[in-house]
Formats: sequence, C-alpha cells, structure tokens
Amino acid sequence: MTKERINQLKPIIGLILFSMVVSIINPRFLTIYNILNVLRQTSINSIIAAGMTFVILTGGIDLSVGSVLAFCGAVSASLVGAGQPVLVVLIIALLTGSVVGLVTGIIVSRGKVQAFIATLVTMTIMRGATLVFTQGKPIDAGTGRAADAFAGLGGGYLLGIPVPIYIMVIVYVLAWYTLHQTRFGRYIYALGGNEEAARLSGLSTLKLKTVVYGISGFLASLGGIILTARLSSAQPTAGTGYELDAIAAVVLGGTSLAGGTGRILGTIIGALIIGILNNALNIMNVSSYYQMIAKGAVILLAVLMDRK
Amino acid sequence: MDTGQIFLEMKNISKEFPGVKALDNVHFRVFQNEVMALLGENGAGKSTLMNILSGAYKNDFGTIELHGSECKIVSPRDAMDKGIAIIHQELNLIPELTVGENIFLGREPLYRSGNIKWKQLYKDSRNLLKRLNTTINPVAVTSGLSIGDQQMVEIAKALSMDAELLILDEPTDALTDTETESLFKVIRELKNYGKSIVYISHRIPEVFQICDRATVLRDGTVIGEQRVSELNEDRIIEMMVGRKLDDQIPYIHNKKGPPLLEVNDLSSSVSKHISFSIYRGEVLGIAGLMGSGRTELALTLYGNYPATEGVIRLEGKDISISNPGKAIKNGIVYVSEDRKQLGLFLGLSIKDNIMLPVLQEYEKFLFKTDTMRSNKEVDSFINLLSIKTPGRNQLVGNLSGGNQQKVSIARGLITNPKLLILDEPTRGVDVGAKQEIYKLINRFKAEGLAIIMISSEMPELIGICDRILVMHENSLSGELARSEASQESIMRLAVGM
Repeated sequence: MTKERINQLKPIIGLILFSMVVSIINPRFLTIYNILNVLRQTSINSIIAAGMTFVILTGGIDLSVGSVLAFCGAVSASLVGAGQPVLVVLIIALLTGSVVGLVTGIIVSRGKVQAFIATLVTMTIMRGATLVFTQGKPIDAGTGRAADAFAGLGGGYLLGIPVPIYIMVIVYVLAWYTLHQTRFGRYIYALGGNEEAARLSGLSTLKLKTVVYGISGFLASLGGIILTARLSSAQPTAGTGYELDAIAAVVLGGTSLAGGTGRILGTIIGALIIGILNNALNIMNVSSYYQMIAKGAVILLAVLMDRK
Repeated sequence: MDTGQIFLEMKNISKEFPGVKALDNVHFRVFQNEVMALLGENGAGKSTLMNILSGAYKNDFGTIELHGSECKIVSPRDAMDKGIAIIHQELNLIPELTVGENIFLGREPLYRSGNIKWKQLYKDSRNLLKRLNTTINPVAVTSGLSIGDQQMVEIAKALSMDAELLILDEPTDALTDTETESLFKVIRELKNYGKSIVYISHRIPEVFQICDRATVLRDGTVIGEQRVSELNEDRIIEMMVGRKLDDQIPYIHNKKGPPLLEVNDLSSSVSKHISFSIYRGEVLGIAGLMGSGRTELALTLYGNYPATEGVIRLEGKDISISNPGKAIKNGIVYVSEDRKQLGLFLGLSIKDNIMLPVLQEYEKFLFKTDTMRSNKEVDSFINLLSIKTPGRNQLVGNLSGGNQQKVSIARGLITNPKLLILDEPTRGVDVGAKQEIYKLINRFKAEGLAIIMISSEMPELIGICDRILVMHENSLSGELARSEASQESIMRLAVGM
C-alpha cells in the first residue's frame, strides 16, 4: 500500500478506533437508537462541512456559515409561520443563502479581499441581520399543515430513519460526484493547488472562487432549514460557533487548509468523530463546560497524529 | 596537484526512497582548496547526495569523514556547525530584511541586555561583503537586490558561519553573464582562502572554467571522478547520459507556410510597440537579456496583460485576447518558464495536469467526465512525448524536471494549438531531455505549427530557429534571419546597440 493510500485511510481508522473506545466505556453507545441519534445530530454540521470542504479545497475559508444558517433559518420560520407552502419556503431560504455566499465570493475573488476577512465581515453582518430580522426573539414556525410538513424535514422519519440523515447522504453523494466525476471538481483542485497556473491554463479562476462560496452559502442555508424545522422555531443566536465545528470536521478529514489536497469523504468522517465525541460526553454526563475542553483536546490530538 | 588534503570523504553512501534506489554505494570526496563539480542528469542523485551532506536527509548506509575522522551529520544546523553550507538554487533569504540582518539571522551579536549590536552587525557584514569584492550595502533591503547580488549575500552568510565547504546548486541559472563572471571570481578567491567548493551545474562549459575535478553520477551511482583537465565536453555528456549524443542542435528545413499571426504596434503595460509576424511551420526565437520583456511579450499575446494599443491578426482576422482562456480558444498556448510557480500543479496527477484545459470536451451525461476517452488521450501524449512515469496517475511533483517540462508541453498540445509559445523550454532539464525537446519542436514545426521559442541560451536559438527577434527594454530591437544570427549579432541587439 502506498503512503498516500495510508494517509487517506487514516481518518476512517481513527473513527473506528474512537468508536470502539467509546463503546467499551459506555455500552449504550452501540445501540441502533443511539447511532441514529448521533447521525442525526451530526447531519447539520456535516452538511455545512461539505460546503466548507469546497471552499477550503480552493485555499479559502468560510467563517460566515453559522450566521448564514441563522438568517436563513429565521427567513424560513417566518415564511412557514405566514403559511407559505414548504416548496416556496425551501426555494426562498436556499436562494437567500446562495446569494449571500455568492456576494461573499465576489468580495473574495473580484474584490481581492482575503477570505478570512471577507467571510468575517459576512459573518458579522449576517448575525446582525438575523438579530434585526428576529427582533432578537425566537420566531415560531407556527402550526398548521405547512408547518407540520416543514417540521418533518428536521424531525420526521422515513422507514425508521430520520429525514436529515437522508439529506446528509444526498449532499455527500452529490458533493463526491461533483468533486471527483466532473470537470468543475478538477478545476477546484487545480485552483487550490496553484492559482496562477490555473489562470494560465485558461480557467476562470474568479468565477470558480465565487461559486465555491455560493455552494457553502447554499449548504449553510440547508443546515439552517433543518435546524429550524427540527425545533419548529428559529433562534436569533442559532449556529453560533458552527463555522469552527465545520472547519474542524474538514481538517480532521485530512483536507489541507492550504488548499489543493483533501477528500470530501474525509470530511464526513471528521464530522462523525466530532458528533460521536459530543454524544459520548453527553451520555457520560460530562458537563457542557468540560465538553468544550475535551473537544478541543481531541481535535488537537487528531491533527497532531495526522502530521507525519 | 594532489598535494591538498582531503577535506570531505563520503564512503559507500546508499539511500533508498520508497520504490527508488536514489544512491547506491556512492563514493564522493572533496579536497581542500579545490572546486569539485558534481554532475549528472536530473534524477541522477546529486540533490540527494548533497541533502545527506547538509543534514537534510539521513543515509541508509555508508559513512562521512571530515578531515579524516568519521562523523555523523544529524541536521542542517549540525552541518553548518561542522562547516558545511549549502546555497540552494532557490535562495533562502528573507526579502523584507536588510542584507546584514539576513547574514546574521539567528546569530545576531547581542548586548547582555539582549539588544542587538547593530553597529557591529553592519560592520561585520560590510567586511564580509568586501571580502567578496562586492559593493552591496549591508543596510539595503534584500528584495531590492539583483539575483546575483542576493547570491553574494548567501555566500557572505556562509562565510560568516565559518563554512569550510560551500555547496553551490545551479548558481548561475538565473545570473547574467557579468554576474556569472563575478561569481567565478569569488569562487576562485574562496579557493585561495583554502575553502572547498562543490559546484553543481547543468552548464557543462562552466565546469571547464571553474572546476578542478568532476564527479559524475548516473542513476545513483558514481560513473567517474576525474580531473577536469583530462576531460572534454563530449566525454562528460557521454558519462552523464551513458551514450553518445550528437551535440549538434538539429535544424530542419521546412517550406514556410502562410502567415499565421500578425502583430502590429502592440503595446501593453509591459510591452512597447511590438510588430512582427509568424508563419505556419516556423520556429521564431525571441532573444534578449533577463528583464528585457520577453516573457511579458509572450504573456501579452496570451492575454495575461491586456493590450492597450495595436492589433493582433490571426489568419487575417483581427482578434482580441483579453484572458488566457480566449487565447487558448484562438489556438494560442503558452508554456511557462516557471514550471513550479506558474506552470504545473505539483500535487495533481499527470492526467489532471494535461487534461485541465480541455475537460469541457470530455463531458458526458450529467457533466460526468468521460474517463475512458480522457485516459486514452492522456496515454497517447505520454507516449508521444515519451514521458517517463509508472502511469498517468503519478503526481507531477514526483517527476524529474525534463518530464515535468514534457507534461507542461503536453498540456499545451492537447488544446490543438496553432501557435505554441515555449518560454525557456530547456531550463533545468538535463542534456538528454534537451535533445528530446529539440526533436519535438522540429516535429511540431514539420506538422505546420508556428512556434515561438524564448530562450536565454543563444546557441540553442541559433541552432533551432528560422528567425530570431531580439528584445531590449520591453520593445523589439531587431530581427535576425537564420543566416545572420550569431551570438555577437544577437548580443549587440540585446544590449541596444
């Protein structure tokens, strides 16, 4: 086996070992009920992290996903509350997220603002916009047929499996297909690998860069819809800190922050590791204060182990 | 003159990388006050050997002796402490710092309080630079210096560490002729001070100017160690490649086709009033000194710098090229001189590198790339250009310089161009690969392609081109027919005479 292959397998080996440790410490972990629970809890972070993977592969970063998620969640809650059909709600919320992402992308590509700064700006503005939009109070998605159908997106089951898990799987299948079977995917790796060379090979690097932020915004709003649907209401502070979990998932999955190398399937494994960690600490009744310390430590450990 | 003492002796050195035996039982020695040439094709093991010597790699087998006593070199820092300094092709200076700060980086003279003794630092720097007969100001910011001067700063830095052995890796690659001359003067002086020098270069004539002895490597083994006075160029090349090469640069006569591209009074931010035309089946050379604007002209034609004035006419029709994508659509491709920075994606496969500009044409149902068809196409280019690789999925970063260059050219060819612009296509590639590239150029020419070749090696241009344009200060200073071209006539125009 080549070294490359081993490096690719590292995240999944880590995931398996980690699950084994957790299930030895607490046998309740390995029940079907709990595993589905972990997957559902992971779904939102992993969907956001899929978009983050596109951005990071180009050598960028997107700090705005948490705020975009909150804003789009608030938009969807208010539309549902106003009795709009689910399809209309979905289209408007997803469009909102995509447009915000594309605008951020334009600031990064055409405006030549560093991604960190540009998305920090979007993050701040969208958080503010969410607070303005919600007046700082939760927005209730209301009751009625549309509201019930909407709630199904977050809390419903299909064949005994939570709906968000299906959405997550579809997102990853599409993301994998895009990155590995289409030319757009090759362009993204090329852009992240060597931007100047990509431009001199005739690629429209500015467009590509813009689009990846659009994808990230789209998936952030999808996460916002699921979260809002699950709670049947939108919280003005929803999604705070989600960008860090998403970045952590991408990095745990072996994608380089420098761009150009990494795999989308690594990201879902990274998200699962974080999800299992949260779950394990919960069922072991660790206080949420200590949970954050433990999470930081595990991420550090994983990244250090991945280094050589 | 075997009176000098042996300074360094590396015995039975072997080093294996996964799948490759990089060095096999290599014996390498350097005497005091001598310049030892280390020669070999790309991939022969020169860099690996020097990386072991300078502490960057560890050898699997073998011993290293300094002044006759065995020692271990465990890190680059350790190598420096033992008096071994390596000056890489890509210089390692920090551009924003001053010359003096770079020379004493990490070893600044300090007061007890921890503050830097600036006066002493600059005085010592000035003395070191004076020893090298340069007028570089130690207070100058390094980024403002020419490449040649920066190299002198590197050498000064090595001397400040009391280096006994200096390894110079392709030092003249980016230097002008005058800079090369002054570098040679410094090398001779260092030799007189009793220093030893390992000189790595692809430019074989330089070996005869500056080196006392030469060690030739091929495929990780030593082919020979001989006095330079007992060798000649042909013999060295033969040792390097293991076969005889006709050193003639091949030229083929070809009936000139119809005009392909006519450029009239073209200007951009980096080119001034350029007019010329090029015909199908012609190799047009562009000569000039470093910084004369050759690459910039190519990149203007390629749409990287927007034209501010003038007309480009392709097959009789006016075209406007506002970005590289449009140039490619019009049949113009550019193969960069700077493979690593501007040309290739070192972390991607050969396949990805070659296919990138044409992926659109391989799109099937649901945007899926047609893998079978694209694999076939890539393999045909690997064969056509005889790219040496285990397969199309090999990462380009793992290939030798010559093969990387071929991947670059393949990416140009796959777009089916009418005009191929090659910028320094033989830079950093070994002798054997050079010949192959010349043959390819002639083959494309015979097939009716128009080729613009930019090169700093005048014999190469004179050998292969039908006509040569010479540039001086971002504009054309003249045009030479094949019959008129000589190193002198080119140089006259290049310096603006």
